[in-house]
Amino acid sequence: MSKLFEYLQFPFVQHALIVGVLVALCSSLLGVTLVLKRFSFIGDGLSHVAFGAMALAAVLDQLLTEALKTEIPGLSGNSMLLVLPITMISAVLLLRTGNNTKIKGDAAIAMISVASLAFGYLIMNIFSTSSNLSGDVCSTLFGSTSILTLTGLEVWLCIALSVAVVLIFVLFYNRIFAVTFDEDFAIASGIKASRYNTMIAIVIAVIIVLAMNLVGSLLISALVIFPALSSMRLFKSFKQVTICSAVLSVCCSLGGIVISLLAGTPVGSTIVAVQAAAFLLCTIAGRLK
Amino acid sequence: MSLLTVKNLSVGYDSHVILKDLSFKVEAGDYLCIIGENGSGKTTLMRTLLGLIPSLSGSISLDEELTGGGIGYLPQKSSIQKDFPASVTEIVLSGFLGGMGRAFFYTKEQKTLALENLERMGIKELKDRSFSELSGGQQQRVMLARALCATKALLLMDEPVAGLDPDAQNSMYSVIQKLNKEGCAIIMISHDVDAAMRYADHILRTGPVPFFGTKEEYLKNE
Repeated sequence: MSKLFEYLQFPFVQHALIVGVLVALCSSLLGVTLVLKRFSFIGDGLSHVAFGAMALAAVLDQLLTEALKTEIPGLSGNSMLLVLPITMISAVLLLRTGNNTKIKGDAAIAMISVASLAFGYLIMNIFSTSSNLSGDVCSTLFGSTSILTLTGLEVWLCIALSVAVVLIFVLFYNRIFAVTFDEDFAIASGIKASRYNTMIAIVIAVIIVLAMNLVGSLLISALVIFPALSSMRLFKSFKQVTICSAVLSVCCSLGGIVISLLAGTPVGSTIVAVQAAAFLLCTIAGRLK
Repeated sequence: MSLLTVKNLSVGYDSHVILKDLSFKVEAGDYLCIIGENGSGKTTLMRTLLGLIPSLSGSISLDEELTGGGIGYLPQKSSIQKDFPASVTEIVLSGFLGGMGRAFFYTKEQKTLALENLERMGIKELKDRSFSELSGGQQQRVMLARALCATKALLLMDEPVAGLDPDAQNSMYSVIQKLNKEGCAIIMISHDVDAAMRYADHILRTGPVPFFGTKEEYLKNE
């Protein structure tokens, strides 16, 4: 216990906890919608896109620094500025493919996600001068230490984006419910459903990029899907499920970070392990009810 | 002006025309049944009327009070996911959203009105229950209460009694008849020609020999 309080004195641990809580909160909010719209895999597909974008950003950053012989303040090492717009555009395109296209939704997601994964690894291999390439790839995929090396700017960016996500979710909560529950009725009663679907896609993209810091791109789906699925075992109204998954997600994240600090395990996979355990408990509790 | 005027309408998907050159009118308080064989385009027609799919040609004009929402829609039962966590009140309230403009949250009046609509359907005691736990007949009434929150004037229903047992079917029909008597126009797709003859005042038949007119004209034609 005293070890934990000692750790809490370090700013990087405080940063990790702040970002961990915010990312967990945001990712759980839209999880319910994604699961119910049968879009669980969009998170997975998008995270691979984000991986590709991250690789591109890292390489561009390196090339720029070499070309200019100096680091550009605020830009160097901050890949979010490139990753965020690329992921947003992909999200909108992926949700658009839902209907009326030659390539169906799931195939489109699979195609884009493996292509960007391959592309990302390829350019990292060709251009990277780093001596520890597999380490770099591993930390992008599993987010092994990135949450403990956040800069002040990244923390502030994360706070701003989280506030925006929560605000949008609260304001449009009723419409998100309507579009998720019965899109046809929503359109017939005059709601511009396609506008809200695009909005949901953009918010998901923001969440994915935020969550990459916490758990890395391979494990993001877990952060989005587990809290929603767990609370759906226990509760039967949309509001209860949403609140429960937010609380559950924040608790699991905090728990996971603390365990990983004390036990020295990788942060991302510890959080996901805690989430999976929580899901198991919720399933049992739901059966007993 | 009529609530709904359809002129030379063709419906279908892409370039595949299912129904063509359809013209009919629905006045306030009408009860129109759409009958026809499976695959004759009844549901496609309804989806076109609702604006869910574009029409291929012709025109659909709605009365001013109905444009931009204001149509209540009761979808086919199978279209709702079984495991969706939603309470009855949450679902019924969502009927108001189309007419709320820029407002984000429901008002007190809307919450009261939603309860009143549940009461009109005779299911007020179910307001806090989960939708997925209800019987088929109860679920249809919840859907109808939601549709009533979206409109006062026109309800479109796609086989509202399909999959219900005979008792639930009869009580559903009488609820719909009551709404019609209160002044709400009904457009209903039905497989059940007998029930259509019993309740409707206008008939639209799709298929090889299309027909539109009053029930009396239809019976004379047969």
